[in-house]
Amino acid sequence: MEYQDIELLRFTTAGSVDDGKSTLIGRLLYDSKSIFQDQLDAVEESSKNKGFDYVDLSLLTDGLKSEREQGITIDVAYRYFATPKRKFIVADTPGHIQYTRNMVTGASTANLAIILIDARKGMLEQTHRHSFIASLLRIPHAIVCVNKMDLVNYSEDAYNKIVADFKAFATKLNISDIQFIPISALAGDNVVNTSENMDWYKGSTLMYHLETVHISSDYNHVDCRFPIQSVIRPHTLENQDFRGFAGRIDGGVFKPGDRVKTLPSGFVSTIKTIELNGEQIAEAYAPMSVTMTLEDEIDTSRGDMIVRENNVPEVGQDLEVLVTWMNSNPLLARTKVVIKHTTNECMAMVKELKYKVDINTLHRIENIDKIEMNGIGRISIRTSKPLFYDAYRRNRQTGSVIIIDEQTNETIGAGMII
Amino acid sequence: MSNYVINHLRELESEAIFVIREIAAQFENPVLLFSGGKDSILLTHLAKKAFYPAKIPFPLIHVDTGHNFPETIAFRDALVDKLGVQLIVGSVQESIDKGRAKEETGADASRNALQIVSLLDTLEEHKVDAAMGGARRDEEKARAKERFFSHRDEFGQWDPKNQRPELWNLFNGRKNYGEHFRVFPISNWTEMDVWEYIKLENIDLPSLYFSHKRDCVVRDGVILANSEFIKLKPGEEVVNMTIRYRTCGDMPITGAVESEADDLTKIIEEIATTRTTERGGRADDKRAETAMEDRKKQGYF
Repeated sequence: MEYQDIELLRFTTAGSVDDGKSTLIGRLLYDSKSIFQDQLDAVEESSKNKGFDYVDLSLLTDGLKSEREQGITIDVAYRYFATPKRKFIVADTPGHIQYTRNMVTGASTANLAIILIDARKGMLEQTHRHSFIASLLRIPHAIVCVNKMDLVNYSEDAYNKIVADFKAFATKLNISDIQFIPISALAGDNVVNTSENMDWYKGSTLMYHLETVHISSDYNHVDCRFPIQSVIRPHTLENQDFRGFAGRIDGGVFKPGDRVKTLPSGFVSTIKTIELNGEQIAEAYAPMSVTMTLEDEIDTSRGDMIVRENNVPEVGQDLEVLVTWMNSNPLLARTKVVIKHTTNECMAMVKELKYKVDINTLHRIENIDKIEMNGIGRISIRTSKPLFYDAYRRNRQTGSVIIIDEQTNETIGAGMII
Repeated sequence: MSNYVINHLRELESEAIFVIREIAAQFENPVLLFSGGKDSILLTHLAKKAFYPAKIPFPLIHVDTGHNFPETIAFRDALVDKLGVQLIVGSVQESIDKGRAKEETGADASRNALQIVSLLDTLEEHKVDAAMGGARRDEEKARAKERFFSHRDEFGQWDPKNQRPELWNLFNGRKNYGEHFRVFPISNWTEMDVWEYIKLENIDLPSLYFSHKRDCVVRDGVILANSEFIKLKPGEEVVNMTIRYRTCGDMPITGAVESEADDLTKIIEEIATTRTTERGGRADDKRAETAMEDRKKQGYF
């Protein structure tokens, strides 16, 4: 096999307890021949030991001891498979209500969300929650899989009712691309192979969607953003004057010769080279890691940002943020926290809790005094120094922050800048 | 493919370089855990790219079990020399001599578990606050749940049910005194990605990875190299076989595969059609269904 020039698609799976998420992933791995014989042998052995009549493909993804005992997924598990068309990274996230933080984690890097609905049960409270999180995290593409079609006799009516219900709910969401597919993960209908049991369905299989969905415009290639991770200064005789800025492009397209501005200093210079390992790069764009040199000597370091002269991000210390709370101690107003944003880290004060969202109705609840674990709400934050940011809807990298407990150093919240 | 798209190998490379640079920026005494296997060789290559034209700004740590393949040690020394990077060696033999670790006995005795003691001792001695390793999530089911930045408590232990959530590309390396991090920059790579990238970048590997003739012992279906560290059981015999290695651990526990693949193209072809995982030949994973999770909780990498 020759080296293949294929794209990487990251997707997340969300569903309720027992709606067959792990089985679906097992099916994708199995039908794309990504499961090795020794893994399959181990799963067959465990299934037999547990007294199951069939091979339980969910055992492939449930890796921790307690998960295998309880038959549930506790933590985000990452799975990998490839077809000749694409390589896939799957974030398999738990469906239980107390593990919302893991779902947000899985969603934060995903291009696509698979939302699973049990054909017998229809839309559940957790379906609302999962869809809302996919929308909140701005996952650009969603595929709603109506699963267990084999248990409703492959009924078109049952499928159409769920699709209609979901579409009515989705008018409140911000997902631009939603597809619907009737499947059976257990029997394999419409997962990799076209179902012979649902000739009324004229659409394509789940795998076909995953292989062909257009993802190249998922990154912002308009607004140039280059947060500096570190400054590379070799201190060797042959490279005495080298001063390179190391980082990963978060937006836009940078080229040697471009006029750029560094923040916060505001100094303007010209890009001299963009390189990696000494190889010159003609155009750099997200998500490339590069080393950039400038024509002028400018005092710039970690946490600073290189942008285009005429397209600068917001600069400020007052942020309006939609936050997902991830800690058992609730979020209160006037709390001092640490904020991480791009390559910056600073102290901040939570000034005000504005409202929280009832994730079932999407209604706002105002006049609140706290946001509890797994709650989602709008807050305002004052940072100890200016940050360079964009709205999350414009750029998922420069528009996101994590909130860290000053004492325990745990990550306690995830925020999207409005 | 349209403009402004990078392929999957360059995206994985970019992600790993970003993580390596974060480690260098966020920690005071980071190190790279170098096992001599292909994954840690790949990691060293990525570290070189991340800081070029400067040298890699942290040392490599190798935990020498005393049961290494001689090829691994020779390769390590040549690589360190070429890159001009500092090498720290932690010795399992020394831990045994000091009474810090106890040698296993019996025909299947291995020093694999003893590495944990030497590793934690070496990390403590050098006040390491971040140890990066070449572990990948596709290797093993407990590793599938590992974070890029994996927090370890003051005893070096991993608590899989209380991991920090990891969002976007914002990595939280803050810690209290005495705690440290394990960081895994190539978490998202698969075995195939590693081999394709090694070919793409033309990275040198020890000769063990390529087909060669060697005296072997077949034990419980696993092909082991015959060496001074192996005690033959009754009925076992030494056979000369044409083999290569898919992973490189200690001589007494690393299983080989029968293979004629003597260059990267043939290896990639072989992996594309193979039906067992690369750790399928690792005797250390076969001790219990959750062997890896149990060792990781204790501080294994």
